Amino acid sequence: MQQAHKFFEEKFGFTDSDLEKYLTAALSAGGDYADLYFEYQATSSISLDESIVKGATQGVSVGCGVRVLSGERTGYAYTDDLSPEKILKAAQTAAHIASGPARVTTVGLSEVKLPRNLYPIVIAPTDLDIAAKLDLVLRADQAARAHDSRVFQVRVGYADEVRHVLTVSSDGGIAGDFQPLARLSVFCLAREGNRVERGFSGGGGRVELKFFLEEKTPEHFAREAARQAVLQLTAVEAPAGEMEVVLGPGWPGILLHEAIGHGLEADFNRKKTSAFSGLIGQKVASDFCTVVDDGTLPSRRGSLNVDDEGTPTSQTVLIERGVLRGYMQDKLSARLMGAGLTGNGRRESYAHIPMPRMTNTYMLAGNSAPDEILRTVRRGLYAAQFGGGQVDITSGKFVFTASEAYWIEDGRLTRPVRNATLIGDGPTVLRHVSMVGNDLALDEGIGTCGKDGQSVPVGVGIPTIKVDRLTVGGTGSP
Amino acid sequence: MEELQQLAIYVVESAMKSGATAADCVIQEGNEFSTTIRCDEVEQLKEAGAKSLGLRVFLGHRTASTYTSDFSHQGIERLVASALAAARVTSEDPCAGLPEPEVVGQYPEDLNLFSEDVTHLEAHAMMELARRAEKAAFAFDPRIQNSEGGSFDATYGRKILATSQGFLGAYRRSSCSLSVVPIAAGTQGMQRDYWYSISRSLAGLEPPEEIGRKAAERTVRRLDARKVPTCKVPVVFDQRTGRSILASLFEALSGESIYRRASFLAGKLGEQVASAAVTLFDDATLKGGFGSLPFDDEGVRTGRTVVIERGVLKSYLMNCYTARKLGLKTTGNAGRGVAGNPGVRPANFFLEPGPKSPEEIIRSVKNGFYVTEFLGFGFNAVTGDLSHGAAGIWIVNGELAYPVQEVTIAGNLLEMLQAITQVGSDLEFRGAVASPTFQIAEMTVAGQ
Repeated sequence: MQQAHKFFEEKFGFTDSDLEKYLTAALSAGGDYADLYFEYQATSSISLDESIVKGATQGVSVGCGVRVLSGERTGYAYTDDLSPEKILKAAQTAAHIASGPARVTTVGLSEVKLPRNLYPIVIAPTDLDIAAKLDLVLRADQAARAHDSRVFQVRVGYADEVRHVLTVSSDGGIAGDFQPLARLSVFCLAREGNRVERGFSGGGGRVELKFFLEEKTPEHFAREAARQAVLQLTAVEAPAGEMEVVLGPGWPGILLHEAIGHGLEADFNRKKTSAFSGLIGQKVASDFCTVVDDGTLPSRRGSLNVDDEGTPTSQTVLIERGVLRGYMQDKLSARLMGAGLTGNGRRESYAHIPMPRMTNTYMLAGNSAPDEILRTVRRGLYAAQFGGGQVDITSGKFVFTASEAYWIEDGRLTRPVRNATLIGDGPTVLRHVSMVGNDLALDEGIGTCGKDGQSVPVGVGIPTIKVDRLTVGGTGSP
Repeated sequence: MEELQQLAIYVVESAMKSGATAADCVIQEGNEFSTTIRCDEVEQLKEAGAKSLGLRVFLGHRTASTYTSDFSHQGIERLVASALAAARVTSEDPCAGLPEPEVVGQYPEDLNLFSEDVTHLEAHAMMELARRAEKAAFAFDPRIQNSEGGSFDATYGRKILATSQGFLGAYRRSSCSLSVVPIAAGTQGMQRDYWYSISRSLAGLEPPEEIGRKAAERTVRRLDARKVPTCKVPVVFDQRTGRSILASLFEALSGESIYRRASFLAGKLGEQVASAAVTLFDDATLKGGFGSLPFDDEGVRTGRTVVIERGVLKSYLMNCYTARKLGLKTTGNAGRGVAGNPGVRPANFFLEPGPKSPEEIIRSVKNGFYVTEFLGFGFNAVTGDLSHGAAGIWIVNGELAYPVQEVTIAGNLLEMLQAITQVGSDLEFRGAVASPTFQIAEMTVAGQ
């Protein structure tokens, strides 16, 4: 993407020889490696509440982060002022981490070749007039209210951003990218008598505005949020205790993200702080389970042409028919572990140090029909939608909270249940997967993952699966 | 007057000249320093600063906002023009607007929010603090053989607010912390925990050895934790998990949740919502407090709010907008970054301590769960339903008997508040929200 390279050259007037000068300053005290990360981000958002547009926000932020690696050490500094003096000062600050003679840096920088553009955008959403986006939030509001008369509160948010990034590294690579991201979300409250319940839906991706006009419309998200809120009005207390659990397709793939994904990020394994440390080649799941992390899916929220260290993204097999195959790497961990790069080095912004992070994490489809899976459960829980989740990497324990779940009795869904948190053990939960459906689905593009205080957009996916034993944390009797 | 204060006034004036009927401008300038020592080796050193500026404009009762990190003349021109353009597409909202003049102002005394010693840190000395803290953790017990490191983190910066009503306020804040995350290995896998000290000044931090020892103690006692059978028992929350419950309660008390009826506490003002053991404050005026501020992010003078008094709900927490929606007066809880409309945030939000020590509370429980860690975000402010992954120690005959993990606790926050039987004397601030240890008569623990 030479386009991004040009963007920074034109906007801020620096040349390749300036970039080399900054890298030289970064390695002036030694160090094994240095990189520069330039970022220009423009955002816009609209919020609707009580059927009126209460807020519209637009903004721009610009900055450059400089990183120096020396053995296991990382030095980092950044500036929001792209003048040569400020970038040089940041480079000199980051250089302090190393202590040795200056290193001669690269002779000549060359463009990292990217195999494809996963999100070719003709019109960036941030370039459109804000009025063009108004219609989306108004349509969502009307559709949610029209869905059911018990819906009495609707909030709709639309947000988009474009990010121009340029990574320049001391190994000679320059990688640029233009990364759009858009999201529409709907939150509803429904009331019956004294009881009030909530529903939520949303989605998007690295897409143009027309995605919301042609593929996933405001009405689609609005009806889904309204349906969930109304459904919850009849939900009973979730059971408490161990039982069979069936996860529906799509967003419940957050199980993979929490239970195994984080534990397979290379930094934790290099430091041996993960419950998965040293388990490569070992059986950690049933034969039905093959799990990948894939940053190369077109237009998905978690996809990237190039990660935030300038490495093209790829598909990484994490678990293959139950056997643990690999970790997700960034440059620091790959270098120290002697492993190949996987394109998982990501950061929230120029002010943050890159780390191994997930992109889109999902389980491949199996052979079972979803109905057939349900029919094998006499009494258990079916979880269709989830809120957030969290994991303790070291103990391996993870939780995630169901926002839409049902009792299964004699192979059929009966009553909806509320307030169900599922808790399990990452390295063992997938051993109890006894059936995998043929209905793999990815989520609709709403996920954001937090690690060490940094948020990045991610995707998840899963077919219907049956877990023979998982603890459900409600208050009701099983 | 300082340059940034002049800039804030200039931005407001530009907006007014361009046709805004009212405007405010917020500028944030922040610096950060952090270093991590892991297994006695330097792992990370980060040092930098950044600034940003946000503008909110009104066209009558329409409003919009813009932000930028570009403080150049052209940058500001674009900021003003795009704010006004955006305001033309938003709706008339009679409740939108700057504060009523009578609530505008600043707390008159110095709140001790800033300490000079955090602004010129010597990297090697800070690494040494982190190293000593981690070393103390390793020395505590041979089962501690790994670590996520000892870290020293510091931030300091300025906040400036100018409004078209003529308000101009500025304050500086600083904060630093020292933390350790040890990892212990037992016969049934690894455990980690942490401890930290946080202060507005370098001089106010606890000794590194003390932090390392506490972190290690908390980590080792989690080793070989077991799952317990599903049951209903008395539950004691420590300071850390108690604080998390208060943070959930804050969400339900926020004017934003109340006016939308998105809270189980909506319409309950004046009612008994908690047991008589519960008195809850939000106080922006504690000296050196982590949530203390002389004025809120709309320029409203801050103070102290009694939120719950002996179980009776006395006040919600509001900014100007949510107060108008509810026909009440703002409590000075407006909070915002540089982008978007102000939200509602806590000042120093805390449960008043009771007479008993945490040890006495634990001793009074025959068979129950002492919860020291939550996992997950299972709270629904609309219904009050709460369900978290939990870890801690099982209490048998008043003694801490054995560690427990991979269980959940669940209940309804309204019922939980009404079932608070004892509040401890151990209130300590490690952030804007703080809780002493407290006990709830009975909750569902789900395990085997």
